[in-house]
Amino acid sequence: MSTSSTENTKVKRDKTAADGEAAAATKVGAGGDKSSGRTFDFDYAPSIESTEIVKIQPQNKLFIDGKFVTPKSAKYFATMNPATGEKLAEIADANGADVDLAMSAASRAYTKTWSKLSGRERGRYLFRIARIIQERARELAVLETLDNGKPIRESRDVDVPLVAAHFFYHAGWADKLEYAAPGRTVSSLGVVGQVIPWNFPLLMAAWKIAPALACGNTVVLKPAETTSLSALLLAEIFQEAGLPDGVVNIVTGAGATGAAVVNHSEVKKVAFTGSTEVGKIIMRSLAGTNKRLTLELGGKSAHIIFEDAALDQAVEGVINGIYFNQGHVCCAGSRLLVEESIANVFVEKLKARMQKLRVGNPLDKNTDIGAINSEGELKKIRSLVATGQAEGGEFFEPTDIRLPEKGYYHRPCFFNNVAAAFTLSRTEVFGPVLTISTFRTAQEAIAKANDTQYGLAAGIWSEKGSKVYKVAQGLKAGVIWANTYNKFDPTSPFGGYNESGFGREGGRHGLLSYLEVK
Amino acid sequence: MITEKGTMKSKPAGGVYAAPADGAVSAAVAAIIAGARKIDEVGANERADFFTKRSVKKQSKLAVLNLALSMCDLTTLEGADTPGKVIQLCGKARFPATPEMLTDKAAGKALVIPSVAAVCVYPSLVAVAAKALKGTNIKIASVATAFPSGQGPLEAKIIDTKFAVEQGAHEIDMVINRGAFLSGDYQTVFDEIVEIKKACGEAHLKVILETGELGSYDRVRLASDIAIEAGGDFIKTSTGKVTPAATLPVTLVMLQAIQDHYVKTGKKVGMKPAGGIRTAKQAIQYLCMVKETVGAEWLTPDLFRFGASVLVNDLLKQIFKEHTGRYYYDKVFSLD
Repeated sequence: MSTSSTENTKVKRDKTAADGEAAAATKVGAGGDKSSGRTFDFDYAPSIESTEIVKIQPQNKLFIDGKFVTPKSAKYFATMNPATGEKLAEIADANGADVDLAMSAASRAYTKTWSKLSGRERGRYLFRIARIIQERARELAVLETLDNGKPIRESRDVDVPLVAAHFFYHAGWADKLEYAAPGRTVSSLGVVGQVIPWNFPLLMAAWKIAPALACGNTVVLKPAETTSLSALLLAEIFQEAGLPDGVVNIVTGAGATGAAVVNHSEVKKVAFTGSTEVGKIIMRSLAGTNKRLTLELGGKSAHIIFEDAALDQAVEGVINGIYFNQGHVCCAGSRLLVEESIANVFVEKLKARMQKLRVGNPLDKNTDIGAINSEGELKKIRSLVATGQAEGGEFFEPTDIRLPEKGYYHRPCFFNNVAAAFTLSRTEVFGPVLTISTFRTAQEAIAKANDTQYGLAAGIWSEKGSKVYKVAQGLKAGVIWANTYNKFDPTSPFGGYNESGFGREGGRHGLLSYLEVK
Repeated sequence: MITEKGTMKSKPAGGVYAAPADGAVSAAVAAIIAGARKIDEVGANERADFFTKRSVKKQSKLAVLNLALSMCDLTTLEGADTPGKVIQLCGKARFPATPEMLTDKAAGKALVIPSVAAVCVYPSLVAVAAKALKGTNIKIASVATAFPSGQGPLEAKIIDTKFAVEQGAHEIDMVINRGAFLSGDYQTVFDEIVEIKKACGEAHLKVILETGELGSYDRVRLASDIAIEAGGDFIKTSTGKVTPAATLPVTLVMLQAIQDHYVKTGKKVGMKPAGGIRTAKQAIQYLCMVKETVGAEWLTPDLFRFGASVLVNDLLKQIFKEHTGRYYYDKVFSLD
């Protein structure tokens, strides 16, 4: 595809920087002449990852029964590049008839081939898929960044390696499932319906597909409507790996397509990652059926900084906790709780660090924070920030950061001294917006961290190990990080409490959702 | 135990180092120990790795390479150093490349290449360097204080320092007393730096922590705080005699100490990673780190130096490449 669209998104940098460089080259002559009094600075050169490697079809079909097929609906919708606001491609809008086809393909594949294969044979397919993912890593990373808006540094260094790791890990389980539930007999379920979000399109597909296949199930997956492209590239990889037809089917579309998938009579298990709102709808619609369900929903995770923390690294942890992936992370550490004795020092350090963040073209390797995934999300974030400003709390955003003129961008920001009753303390923003409040004792920190309808993740920063363990015991959150944040691994189960959902993904726990244990 | 504010514990007789019997520390040192920040090693390493992924190209790259060259302390610290060796090193400092190379033939103009910041030699050779560098702006740095081990009596360290200054050194690179530091006697470490700072007079003091012997980033941070509070104008990672020498994360930890001191007092302390920085690429990574931590104000030879010798030639090679679009082969550059 053409790179012209990405050229447009280059951040217009200060022209004086280039002038300054010329002056500086002469200024730093013999022994460092200080007379000019000008401060030398330099800027990073835009290092734009080439999009040549990716071939995007103008019109994308559905992946059913091992083939890319034209949708029965004959309808398509546009998917945008959030970095420019321009259309990337058209995506098929699957209707009930398309979902029916996908379901019967999955059902056929389950009874005729996949359930008859040994674990070892299933594992071989998964290993092969994992290796092809590694071989085509750059292609996947570029496409993910184009469609989602996340920085190439993250898609390249975090998302894609984790995707491969999930397939490798579950490939290893495929022939060892008897150890997933020692002393019990396990068997597969059948067709599973999976609906995934737009914040980690590939990674969520891997989290869903890899364990399902390892456990002997077949899959009908619906990607989020704004980020379908990388799932379709994954479908190409399944073809390349020779995965039997119908084992994985990908139906693209919006909410109606998702509803058709989860409500289909063939489906034995539903796995959903997304908003709490939709999670509740799914739960209601599955009530009274015999379908299994796991939900991984929203969060308002607490990030607790004690006075004895390694402060500079904690600042980095907070940055990674909330501004990673533009804050589009269900487990984002969006509520910062700082021990009052160090609050001022910490907030000043955080401000200084935020001024250095680089927001801009996601394809630029120097970019720290990319584009907000869609115009709708950007509007939602802006409206919540406006609510925050109306309710109170000291608003801060790094004014050094200039946003590109085109595309959907939002500055990283925070509200200091917010009350637990404020909207921003309770509502998931799903964007680069942090709230900061103080606490006085560990007991208070635990109480404040648990004061939420969610319970997905939490972070604790303290150099005192005993304190970390004690606090972790008190937190009601599915994932707790100590002295780090937003670290993921296929061996580690992930999931939440309360309105953050139920069920775990990853590790041995994750397998149990896809197995009948007798 | 804390003695009265400002008073210093008495020196052991004859200047021979001995751990204090009472473990007493001054209020100043007690405050440093109490306030020293802890460092999370995994986090510091992870953050430092960030700076290896920045992209510096074209005009920026040339400016940064020139800057890095202007920050080099061209160093020779061998037992075998002689006046001849030092004179040749000073020659390299004055003329890093031949006049022919310094001419852009295509454009028909002279290339502007900065000289290095300083040469760094042993005290006994400072006079030789002073003579060889007469009439230039290149500073003379001298190591002192029983370099590299620091295992000598304080009196000898003071004499060492005063001698180097009298001989014409503009900058003194002292080593901290690691024997005292690792035995927990931070007061002695602090007091020695104070004494050497006094002996320096007008000369700038760089305090070498020898981070490769300290064993943890927590200790690097504590040693940085002690060196800064005791009056060091610069803090420096290593002597170059111990592996590991300078690394990005160790430098990051030290830069954070500098930053915290600046926020607290408004005083800017310099930073000098030394040893192990051999390529222009590495140097650029360090400068990206400076830019993104303490900030662009530190991008000057007055506040940031590289202790290196091999680095200079790689910088020259890359600078000429930026000017001419092609690489000279290694033999084009003089060894020293």
